[in-house]
Amino acid sequence: MEEYKPPALPSPFNNTTPPPTLLIQGAEAHLYKTTSLNPSIPAALKIRPSKPYRHPILDRRLTRQRITSEARCLAKLVREGVSVPALLALDWEGHGGEEGGWGGAWLMMEWIDGPVIRVVLEQWEAWMKQNAGSLDQSQVENEEARVRGLLRKMGAAIGVLHKAGVVHGDLTTSNLMLRPFANASGTVDGTRSPSMEGDVVLIDFGLASQSNQDEDRAVDLYVLERAIGSTHPRSEPMFEEMIMGYRDSYKGAPSALKRLEDVRLRGRKRSMLG
Amino acid sequence: MAPSLETISLPHLPLPVHVVLYRNVQNAASLKGRLLTGQSEFEYAFIDASMVLSRAHATAAVFRAVNDYMHDRLKSHNVHSEIVFSLNPTNNITESFRRFGISDSTKDLLVIKVSVSPEITYESVAAHLDSSVEGTPVPFDDQTLSEISDVNKIKKAYKLAALPSPTAKENDEAKQRLENSLLSAIALRGS
Repeated sequence: MEEYKPPALPSPFNNTTPPPTLLIQGAEAHLYKTTSLNPSIPAALKIRPSKPYRHPILDRRLTRQRITSEARCLAKLVREGVSVPALLALDWEGHGGEEGGWGGAWLMMEWIDGPVIRVVLEQWEAWMKQNAGSLDQSQVENEEARVRGLLRKMGAAIGVLHKAGVVHGDLTTSNLMLRPFANASGTVDGTRSPSMEGDVVLIDFGLASQSNQDEDRAVDLYVLERAIGSTHPRSEPMFEEMIMGYRDSYKGAPSALKRLEDVRLRGRKRSMLG
Repeated sequence: MAPSLETISLPHLPLPVHVVLYRNVQNAASLKGRLLTGQSEFEYAFIDASMVLSRAHATAAVFRAVNDYMHDRLKSHNVHSEIVFSLNPTNNITESFRRFGISDSTKDLLVIKVSVSPEITYESVAAHLDSSVEGTPVPFDDQTLSEISDVNKIKKAYKLAALPSPTAKENDEAKQRLENSLLSAIALRGS
C-alpha cells in the first residue's frame, strides 16, 4: 500500500521550520500543529486544501466562504468571551501548494491543551468497568457525581455559545475539550479515574452559523444527545445533567429546551420532503 | 547606536524584521515629514505606540502585511505602510494612517523595518535610526507597552468599547480577551 501523502502546504508554511505536523485529516480540512507568531507558543493550523476535481472558480469561492465563516464565528465568540480557540491569522486566498492547485485557504488558531471530552468519558467508562467489582456504593455515587459535574459544565458552555448567537452545527464529544486549569498537575495514567477539572472549550466551527433560533439551538443539543447516547452509553443516563447546566446559562434556554422535545420526536431534519 | 533595536524572526516568514520602541520622541513632526517625502531610506512603519496593546498585537499586523507582500496583494505603497494599514480593522487606508501612524504629537513611537532586501541589515537600520530619531529606546515588551498603550483609544478604533478593560495584574483575562479580539480583527480585515 502506498503511504498517504498530505497535499503540499500552502505558502508561507512551506517555509516553516520545523514543518507543521499533521494531526488530523478530514474530508474538508487538515489540522496541523505548529507555532504561533511567538515561537514558544504552539498554534493549531487548519488548512482547507484546494480540491482539484472541482471547477477552480467554484472551489475558491466555496473554500473562501467556509473558512471566513468559521473565522467570523471564532472572532465573534472571542469578543463575547466564550471559551473557544482564538483566531490568530487567516488567509482565504492561499498560494503555492500542489502544481495546478492554489494551495488552499488556512486559518491559524490558539492551541488548546487537554483531552477531548470523548476521551475523558471513554477513559472514565473503561475505568468504571474495570473497577466495578471493587467500588462500593458511595464510591460509585461519587464517580457519577464527577461526571454529572462535567456534563453540567458542558451544558453551560453550550448555553454561553448559544447566548452569543452562534450554533455549532456539529456538536459531539470530540468537538468539546477539557482544558485543565493552569495550576493542574498533568499526570494521566490508567490507575485513577480521569480528571474532570478544567474549562470546557468548544472547537471546530467549520459547520457553525450565526443564529438565534430555538430550532437551530435545539438541533445542536439533539445532535450532542444522540452522540453521547451512541458513544458513551454509561454516561447517557446523566445527559439530563447537561440539560440542567444549559437551562441555567442564559435567558433563552428554556424555550430552546422546549423545542428540543419536538426535535426528539421527529429527528434532526425539520422538513420531511426530499 | 540604538541599543534596543531588536531583530525578530517571525515563525513562518523568511524575512527578518527589525523593531525598536522609543519613548519621549522629540521630532515626530519632522520624522513624519520625511516619511511623506517617500525617500526609500525613510521607508519605515512608524506606529504611534499608544495604539499598540502588546507585542502580539504588533506582530500580527507585521505577519499580515508581510504575508500579503509575499503574495503580491499589498493595498498600500509598500510593506511598511502596509504594516500600519494592517493594524486597521477596516479597508480605509487614510484612516489607518491617521489612527495608527505617526502624528505630529506622537511621543511614543514603534518603528518597524522589514529586511526586504539584503542591504537592509541590523547595522544599517540601527545607524540610520540612531541618527534620525530623537527619543529614548526602551524594550519592546508587553510590560513597557502596558505603560504606553491607550486602551480606550484602541478599543474605540476596533469598535470594542463594550469589552472589559484590562487591569494591571498579570495573566489578566480581560487583556487576553481584548488582545485576541484585536488579532482576529486584523486577520479578518477585508474578508
